[in-house]
Amino acid sequence: MSMITLRDISKTYGDFQVLSHCSTWVSKGEVVVVCGPSGSGKSTLIKTINGLEPIDSGDIIVDGTTVSAPTTNLPLLRSRVGMVFQHFELFPHLNIRENLALAQVKVLKRSKDAAMEKGMALLDRVGLAAHAEKFPGQLSGGQQQRVAIARALAMDPIAMLFDEPTSALDPEMINEVLDVMVELARDGMTMMVVTHEMGFARKVANRVIFMDRGEIVEDADKDDFFGKPRSERAQQFLSKILVH
Amino acid sequence: MNYHWNWWIFFEPSLDGTNTYLTTLFWGLGWTAATAVVGFTIALVLGSVVGVARTAPIGWVQTSGMVFVEVFRNIPLLVQMFLWYFVLPEVLPRDAGMWLKQFPNAQFYTAAVCLGFYHAARMAEVVRAGLLSLSRGQKMAGQALGLTLPQTYRYVLLPVAYRIVVPAITSEFLSCTKNTSVGIAIGLVELTGTARAMQENTFQVFEAFAAATVLYLALNMVIVFAMRSVEKAAVIPGLGNRIAGRGR
Repeated sequence: MSMITLRDISKTYGDFQVLSHCSTWVSKGEVVVVCGPSGSGKSTLIKTINGLEPIDSGDIIVDGTTVSAPTTNLPLLRSRVGMVFQHFELFPHLNIRENLALAQVKVLKRSKDAAMEKGMALLDRVGLAAHAEKFPGQLSGGQQQRVAIARALAMDPIAMLFDEPTSALDPEMINEVLDVMVELARDGMTMMVVTHEMGFARKVANRVIFMDRGEIVEDADKDDFFGKPRSERAQQFLSKILVH
Repeated sequence: MNYHWNWWIFFEPSLDGTNTYLTTLFWGLGWTAATAVVGFTIALVLGSVVGVARTAPIGWVQTSGMVFVEVFRNIPLLVQMFLWYFVLPEVLPRDAGMWLKQFPNAQFYTAAVCLGFYHAARMAEVVRAGLLSLSRGQKMAGQALGLTLPQTYRYVLLPVAYRIVVPAITSEFLSCTKNTSVGIAIGLVELTGTARAMQENTFQVFEAFAAATVLYLALNMVIVFAMRSVEKAAVIPGLGNRIAGRGR
């Protein structure tokens, strides 16, 4: 069953075509990796799924709800889809526990105690229970990103979107974040991940999407993508990032 | 200079017959403080609303915010004071106008409201600057968690924006306090007004305004120190600890 469906998505900024006729899907429990050169529209694409980026035409359906329909309750939809950003975007004025509790209390109307308890369990899961009382500015980038993942998971999402979750990290911190994501994938979470980490893609992706200049150039099973990419642009891209 | 100094003048009875000049000066200081506090409270609340409006993703809301700011910060405060006090009651429907004219302490309320609107326009720009200094991702992160736009402002954007602009808020509060002296133009008997009355009745101009100077300075120092503790409380651990690091 398809959890996320994108049908013929187009979007322009003025004269610039950011997305042009993009169609794809993510099935329940599937991990789809989106890659491509910078400026190819992959971050924009993933942000259209929870309505953070409006689209000009096409349809996006998440768990049966059409995202761009005027009657759609976007906050409700977003509360069910977790998102992790390149720059973490933790709330700097709240400590880690409060970061995890805020939306649980304000959006899901959980009691403060229940939200704190849930938050602590998730912090434990990402290995950061000892840092619950610290503020985001007191954690390393890798730690902040793990908190951001825990914050999204606290909402019990039906799917998780990752927008270049390791691009802003120092190299030695990338793996601690990827480890959490691998574990999440193995637990059966539905995930769409914009990333350049091809090792991650090889390990857990079901499908890989390659984008260039706003188009989905290639949408293939992982083994096909890495084994014999059909498009020349994907071949070039792979040869550039896989040489070392 | 042929000037007759008389520092004892403060202890002589003023023209009202019961209070000394010193007492009247302190009454003036009281009205100054009250006008400043009420005026700046209005400025803080109204300025926040307008500042948020100026960053809202809705065209007409943004435009209204901009019009408010440009109107109230580009007309001289003195002219605004006259407009509120002399012109507004005349242009309102007759009953409302009469009600305004007979309002007890009309000078005080008019000055406070006038200062409130004037400084609201300036506070709006301060709040807007604070909001604009945050990354676009913060708003997205709030909304991605399912917070509505008002909730995102309330719980994510404003708490950080206010902390960033505390120093600017302090200086707005100080200038609001100093601007209460414009209230003299509509007959508000605040500190400048009492000092001037004392000077006119006694010809002791230096003593009168020396007292006013000291009292203004003292009042604003109180504000500076009060705001300093607000600044300290506003420091976010791990983020911009410039103030805490200054070693006070």
